[in-house]
Amino acid sequence: MIMLERRRETSRVMKFASPLLALVLTVISGAALFGLLGFDPLEALYQFFIAPVMTSYGIAELLLKATPLILIGVGLAIGYRANVWNIGAEGQLIIGAIAGGAIGLALHGVDSVLVLPLMIAGGILGGMAWAAIPALLRTHFNASELLTSLMLTYVAELLLTWAVNGPLKDPDGFSFPESKMFHDSASMPLLLEGTRLHGGFLAALIVVLLGWFFISRSLPGYEVRVTGSAPHAARFAGFSQTVTIWMTLLAGGALAGLAGLFEVAGPVGQLVPKISPGYGFTAIIVAFLGRLHPVGILFAGLLVALSYLGGEMAQITLNMPLAVTGVFQGLLLFFLLGVDILLTHRIRIGHIKPRSAS
Amino acid sequence: MDHAYLTPLILAIIATATPLLLAATGELVTEKSGVLNLGIEGMMLMGAVSGFVTAKLTGSMVLALVAAGLTGMAMSALFGFLALVLLANQVASGLALTIFGVGLSALVGANWVGQPIDPLPVLFPAALAELPLVGPVLFAHDFLTYLSFGAIAGVWWFLYRTKAGLILRAVGDAHDSAHAIGYNVVKVRFLATLFGGCMSGLAGAYLSLVYTPMWAENMSAGRGWIALALIVFATWRPGRVLIGAYLFGAIAILQLHAQGAGLDIPAQFLNMLPYLATILVLVIISRDAVRIRLNAPACIGKAFHPAA
Amino acid sequence: MKSTLVRLLGAAVLAGMAAMGVARAEELKVGFVYVGPVGDYGWTFRHDVARKAVEAAFPGKVKTTFVESVKEGPDAERVIRQMAASGNKLIFTTSFGFMNPTVKVAKQFPAVKFEHATGYKRTANLSTYSARFYEGRAIIGHIAGRLSKTGVVGYIASFPIPEVVRGINAFTIALRKVNPEAKVKVIWVNTWYDPGKEADAAKALIDQGADIIAQHTDSPAPLQVAEKRGVKGFGQASDMIKFAPKSQLTAIVDNWNPYYIARTKAVMDGSWKSEATWAGIKPGMVKMAPYTNMPADVKAEAEALQAKLASGEVHAFDGPIKDQSGKEVVKAGEHLDDKTLATMDYYVEGVDDKLKK
Repeated sequence: MIMLERRRETSRVMKFASPLLALVLTVISGAALFGLLGFDPLEALYQFFIAPVMTSYGIAELLLKATPLILIGVGLAIGYRANVWNIGAEGQLIIGAIAGGAIGLALHGVDSVLVLPLMIAGGILGGMAWAAIPALLRTHFNASELLTSLMLTYVAELLLTWAVNGPLKDPDGFSFPESKMFHDSASMPLLLEGTRLHGGFLAALIVVLLGWFFISRSLPGYEVRVTGSAPHAARFAGFSQTVTIWMTLLAGGALAGLAGLFEVAGPVGQLVPKISPGYGFTAIIVAFLGRLHPVGILFAGLLVALSYLGGEMAQITLNMPLAVTGVFQGLLLFFLLGVDILLTHRIRIGHIKPRSAS
Repeated sequence: MDHAYLTPLILAIIATATPLLLAATGELVTEKSGVLNLGIEGMMLMGAVSGFVTAKLTGSMVLALVAAGLTGMAMSALFGFLALVLLANQVASGLALTIFGVGLSALVGANWVGQPIDPLPVLFPAALAELPLVGPVLFAHDFLTYLSFGAIAGVWWFLYRTKAGLILRAVGDAHDSAHAIGYNVVKVRFLATLFGGCMSGLAGAYLSLVYTPMWAENMSAGRGWIALALIVFATWRPGRVLIGAYLFGAIAILQLHAQGAGLDIPAQFLNMLPYLATILVLVIISRDAVRIRLNAPACIGKAFHPAA
Repeated sequence: MKSTLVRLLGAAVLAGMAAMGVARAEELKVGFVYVGPVGDYGWTFRHDVARKAVEAAFPGKVKTTFVESVKEGPDAERVIRQMAASGNKLIFTTSFGFMNPTVKVAKQFPAVKFEHATGYKRTANLSTYSARFYEGRAIIGHIAGRLSKTGVVGYIASFPIPEVVRGINAFTIALRKVNPEAKVKVIWVNTWYDPGKEADAAKALIDQGADIIAQHTDSPAPLQVAEKRGVKGFGQASDMIKFAPKSQLTAIVDNWNPYYIARTKAVMDGSWKSEATWAGIKPGMVKMAPYTNMPADVKAEAEALQAKLASGEVHAFDGPIKDQSGKEVVKAGEHLDDKTLATMDYYVEGVDDKLKK
């Protein structure tokens, strides 16, 4: 009989060992999956996990891909700790990109160091504005932010379609739904010449640090934690739920909007009908894989980004269908989520031990 | 509007609402037990592909529906194992299930793209559907459409009129108390999760066997998310799930009619209407905070540690 | 002396054989970047059919690779670059949204040939190609004009880009040549591919009196609705007769096979040049599925029109053409030029919709 037995306290060893165990399990089951489908298992695993980062360009791409995931993940984690369920980061990302991008387009050709900061401010404010709607509806009308933030994502996507087909369309773009390319002053500075890695990654690192400080060291962060884990105690202590909702949603919106601006002013270089391949949703997984801790989110963001790069690599080098890479990604996530049980429980093989009354 | 215009309009709304209603009905039960499964989209796709492939291979629609339901259950069992046995975070596990389901359904269905299939037959004899006025609206549907109505009514009866339903709600509202009284929280939740998976699978089968009888990758196109939103919209009440599914379906259809009639508003804004209307109605009905708290399962999304 | 000669000759032969051996082993690698899944049975599906045709045309000499469902946005550049870095010498990027990423990567890999579908930016190693689908739309417009009894034709549109607007216009012009009173009702679904939504749009159009449905979206769902409701329709991208045996009149088939094979061959024999290709019915890039479910005279007219479009005797945008405000945009005896067509952003007379800008 295999039993799960609750530990007295969270295992420190498992905190680090469990993700490694998940990787081992993924590698074993992945190898079986690839073998079953007629791919060389070792080669496939190599393409997934190692080939993408064998070049400096690849590493730069990995950091680039992880940047929005980390930024949004940290923002969402703050909310999730307070049980504020913002699942509309994708929409906030899009509005941030539109707002910041529109500033860049309005200042097209203006050669000034102020253009980019203005765009960044626009991106942050845009994301905050979009997140303010669920916050307002929740605090004033009691409407669930889970639903409103999700619905607003669809609205944001359609707004972007409208914007690039209408007011923000490049007049010289042969009527195609795209904006002008941003000029140099409106583009993110590159960190590494010859790659696409831009300053946004440094911003993500700073956000990780600030997030860590906010959650573990600051008073508002403490209020957020208490509101989430012990709402009654929070009310007793005089913490305002309204303030928590506003604060967490605005923080999440700001970081999502920032991520959106980084995408358009960075790798994309213009406003197009599709800005994000679902970063706002993927970041939800990243937030939880990182156990809602900013440093954990940093690593989770890198790992999830690697799985996407690896999926592309396996398609290119092994002709592996996208479907297989999706299944493999699903397995990886299942294992990563599943093994966290070992933090709080240990596996016991043998007879059921009578539990002392607790 | 004469009935020659109204009847097809109603039929179109029913077709749009049915998959949403089926999936939302299942997820309602899951959520009432305190489990939040965000993997509806993945379960629907798996149901769609397994229903289609089974129907093609066996020629039996009964087997196809059974396969779709069972596949949905198998997917939800995977989620249940992660979230209920291994206590993994439910939000993340559900999202992972969607990623997994999108990939696996594409893998299974790769050789079945671009093939037609005879749709699920209408349940009643054609003569009934030819009755004037009410005939088409009442009698021109397949089994799944009737099931969607039966299931939501049955779920209402189950939740509010049976002891088992009471237990399920108790588990969703206060798992520690329910455990203390002696109910097996994990078992109740697992069963509720399986029911949700089964209904999502059938909702997928509705897509591939009725709505648009074919298999194509990602054919659910986000409907699982809408179903999920409908439950929040309905504040976890079966009657409102029904209303919500039909309201959403009606606005989705009517905005297309408005376009066809040449309404002079950018199509993107008309396309936004179903989502904006959902928000608006939620805002109106959510103002009474106390009543929502009565219906929302208090433990939703929270892991249950038996000895905590 | 003699032995040296023999030895030299031998060495030369050996070297030659070795060179040939290398040549034989060195397959040409051709990469394809798709915007959708190969299982969409629409746009991407047809490109993948052509990819397989390339492999079949050069057995053992060509190795193809593809990446599907590449999002238009930040991911595209990385995928295209990776394709080039992995040794593909010819890369097809098959969506408009890949244009700027393709341009960027083409600059970094001057030795690799790139082919971008439906765009307008070209460089020394980047060609563009597109199909004159509007020629096919003129044919189906003619058929619709001859067969519609209500005089109302439904048109399911995806996104208001020139390609789609041009299709609606070509369709409407041909329609009103045979039935000047006929109207085209347009519904924009804002998606290339959502079977359910496309079906809903088809139902709405039929409910509003349309007895023929045309579509510029990818799935067979609208045709299935037409079949069920007893009206007629046209297939898109593939011959969809299987889905609507009683309802499909014909289908505009994307046929990339000859182009992809020709371009691959050009890279193999070194004759590849950067070009802008915009080909229609004549070279077979646009094909029509068999004309079915229509009277013999209409079928004959459709075939005649197809032949005339191919020979150039008829142009889909022959003047006189008026726009929606009644202003003449091209005189009788002339036709709209390619530049106007490529950037088309207005409707012609007879479209019962307004193009919002």
